Amino acid sequence: MSVALPEPPRRTAAAWVGSGIRDWLPAAAVFAGFLAFWELLVVVFQIKQFILPGPLAIAAAWRAELPALWSATTYTVTEILAGLAIGVTAGILAGVLTARFVALRESLMPFAIAANSVPILAFAPIFNNWFGIANPLSKAMIAAVLCFFPVMINTVRGLISVQPAALELMRSYAAGEMEVFRRVRVPNALPFVFTALRLATTLATIGAVVGEYFGAPKVSLGQYVATSFGYLSVENAWAAIVFTAAIGITLYLLVVLLERLVMPWYTAQAQVT
Amino acid sequence: MTGAPVVELVGVSKRFGGTAGAVDALSGIDLRIDRGDFVSLIGPSGCGKSTLLRIVGDLIAPTTGNVTVNGKPAARARLDRDYGMVFQVPVLFDWRTVQKNVELPLEIIGSPKSERAAKASAMLALVELSAFAGHRPWQLSGGMQQRVAIARALALDPAILLMDEPFGALDEMTRERMNIELLRIWQRTGTTVIFVTHSIPEAVFLSTRVAVMSARPGRITHLIDIDLPRERNVETRETERYFELVTEVREALRAGEAPVGDGGPASARVRAEGIAG
Amino acid sequence: MATAAASVAPPAVESGRRSTRRRLRPAFGFLVIVAILVVAWEAAKWLAGDPWRYDSFLGTGIAIDHRPPFRIAQFNDINLPHVWDIAAIFFTADARGQTLLQVLLGAGLFTLRNAALGFAIGAVVGLGLAIVIVHIRLVERAIVPLLVVSQTIPIIAIAPLIVIGLRADWLGVAVVTSYLTFFPVTIAAIRGMRSYDPRAYELMTSYAAGRRTILWKLRLPASTAYLFTAFKVGATGSIVGAIVGELPSGITQGLARQILTAMQYYTLAPGKLWAAVVVASVLGIGAFLLVVLVERRVLRGARPDETGADA
Repeated sequence: MSVALPEPPRRTAAAWVGSGIRDWLPAAAVFAGFLAFWELLVVVFQIKQFILPGPLAIAAAWRAELPALWSATTYTVTEILAGLAIGVTAGILAGVLTARFVALRESLMPFAIAANSVPILAFAPIFNNWFGIANPLSKAMIAAVLCFFPVMINTVRGLISVQPAALELMRSYAAGEMEVFRRVRVPNALPFVFTALRLATTLATIGAVVGEYFGAPKVSLGQYVATSFGYLSVENAWAAIVFTAAIGITLYLLVVLLERLVMPWYTAQAQVT
Repeated sequence: MTGAPVVELVGVSKRFGGTAGAVDALSGIDLRIDRGDFVSLIGPSGCGKSTLLRIVGDLIAPTTGNVTVNGKPAARARLDRDYGMVFQVPVLFDWRTVQKNVELPLEIIGSPKSERAAKASAMLALVELSAFAGHRPWQLSGGMQQRVAIARALALDPAILLMDEPFGALDEMTRERMNIELLRIWQRTGTTVIFVTHSIPEAVFLSTRVAVMSARPGRITHLIDIDLPRERNVETRETERYFELVTEVREALRAGEAPVGDGGPASARVRAEGIAG
Repeated sequence: MATAAASVAPPAVESGRRSTRRRLRPAFGFLVIVAILVVAWEAAKWLAGDPWRYDSFLGTGIAIDHRPPFRIAQFNDINLPHVWDIAAIFFTADARGQTLLQVLLGAGLFTLRNAALGFAIGAVVGLGLAIVIVHIRLVERAIVPLLVVSQTIPIIAIAPLIVIGLRADWLGVAVVTSYLTFFPVTIAAIRGMRSYDPRAYELMTSYAAGRRTILWKLRLPASTAYLFTAFKVGATGSIVGAIVGELPSGITQGLARQILTAMQYYTLAPGKLWAAVVVASVLGIGAFLLVVLVERRVLRGARPDETGADA
């Protein structure tokens, strides 16, 4: 009969790592070049430390301030994780409910889309009042609200964007709503939810750190940055920013890993098609 | 053919839309299909053949008329899962393997795991795709995906198979091969088949009877018996009788294209009711 | 993959202008939700806020003397002022005779201008970079991974640093907001410029069309849907970036200063912070709607297509 497409070649672990390095080489080179250029700029133009520190100065500050930076990071990370947990869970639940009831969808979706463009961070002082500046929950809630709308919007989109033919198929099997939900809508929605999840990690980090700019215990990353500025130790502030970036990247990679575990078919298909 | 018909349509019509701008898709359909029949519905685009198929499957409700499937009203037959359906696109779920896709209807009715796996394997063997049970849908060609869809449609041993231009997206050669495949499966399972198609050669090759439909509003204008031998193969397409039948269907189609209504003389519309073969 | 054949639909009806009623439904839905929130707000205060004491409630002559059965600190008049108190505070005048509404609108406009400037720069730079990337493979391999990584970094958190480091406050804000716009625009433009039908490309080549023609007539039109999605993200991001960027700087004319001042004097006049936040929200939604309106005009008549562009 007809011939099937050949299976995508399975790579050995070594080949996989090797190709990964090759993919990243030009980008890594550019980044290294950028750092070198930056350092050169600072040295040649003798830019004052408190205006723009060079990468070497930042690295030195990083090493010197590691304990303080580390405790600040752990404090902020708990806020981020709590915010993610609350915001993503609430967003998915709201998304499921909204997708189910058309009446809800027609009123909630426009609201969610509009609310998504509100600068939630402007609410940070209000959250600080409600939950207390010293309470990590205040920043966690900012992070949660930031995550909530993108997750909800994408969950709804994923649940309702099913092929009409698939719905007809299920109807021909006299499958009930719950069956259709379980077997068709949920798997269809997973890619959408993961897209939102990737965005959510960045948003939660922003929410927590910037929320801390508005007021938080000294041991937080945001306040560390603010106070370092106050003492004109700008290189310390930048070192803290490096930690913030590291948090963002790590969380993003964790989501990518989770995605590979939960949806192995999705990534495999993306490679072939 | 004797005995109770498997599908019986009496006075079925379908009108879409409200009072202004309503469209009559089907009008005055009477049709009787007996057990083991292979009936093709053929007609110009927009004649309502897909709509008619979906009315039989209780996916669309008729505006007037009675639909009896397997001795019950169509809605009951759907709830009892008396039929399997194959669409123009395979509609396989990307997140399931081929085997799991075939198991879908069995899961829905709550079949225990071992039974599901056994049945699905049997169906895949029937369509000769056992070797690909662990593959993913996108790894298969279009024709193979449709075969999986057919296997899935047969998983509940339905009395009727409803097929809506299932081979429309395939090239001619694959299509002819799939036709032979389908006949083989039909003979093995003895299922009654209602098959919607655009292709005259395909309709004649596959069917025991061909229902020719007119342009909108769709009516069944001719019901042509295909008296080719039951065992059909590649050579059948080159016999004289085959060409005669193809011509007969083609002329029936042309006759049906003449505009209907406006109080003019009744067009060539034959009340096709239980014409014994 | 297999295209989804539409299930049998009734024959196409004349799709004329969408009735105004259908168009206004999202706005209506939005207002309904806002109304529900307002009701819930006051209901919470009725149940667990501070006592309600009015001789003439909102000027209607009805006297109210209500003691809520419960007490939740978050619902008191400081933390959650009455909706009408917030509305009223917009019209209180300051020492210079300006109403708060005027002050906030002025500050909002100031922030909006900076955000718009940054947005424009970011969009242009982003598009330019995308064009370069699409045409030169080496640049793509070197830059795109960095772009992807940078999307995972909370850029806004760096905003204050940049603003202070650059000394010129408005320049800092412009840099920050253009940064926030340029990344989504570049990524969207790259996807968009590659999203055309390969057969259209073959057609152009058969006309011996040069790279520039292909750019103008094929790639750019193909990317408009994606670009508008990025513009929506950029519009929202610019407003937030502008506000956050203003925070640590010496800028006094913008919304951030209004928010900070209102924060300081919160216990004296809690409504002011809420008023500032409302104005910031309106700004954000307004910027978003503006892009949506422009998109409707530009993409009018284009085939509605839900795939990809909205991801």
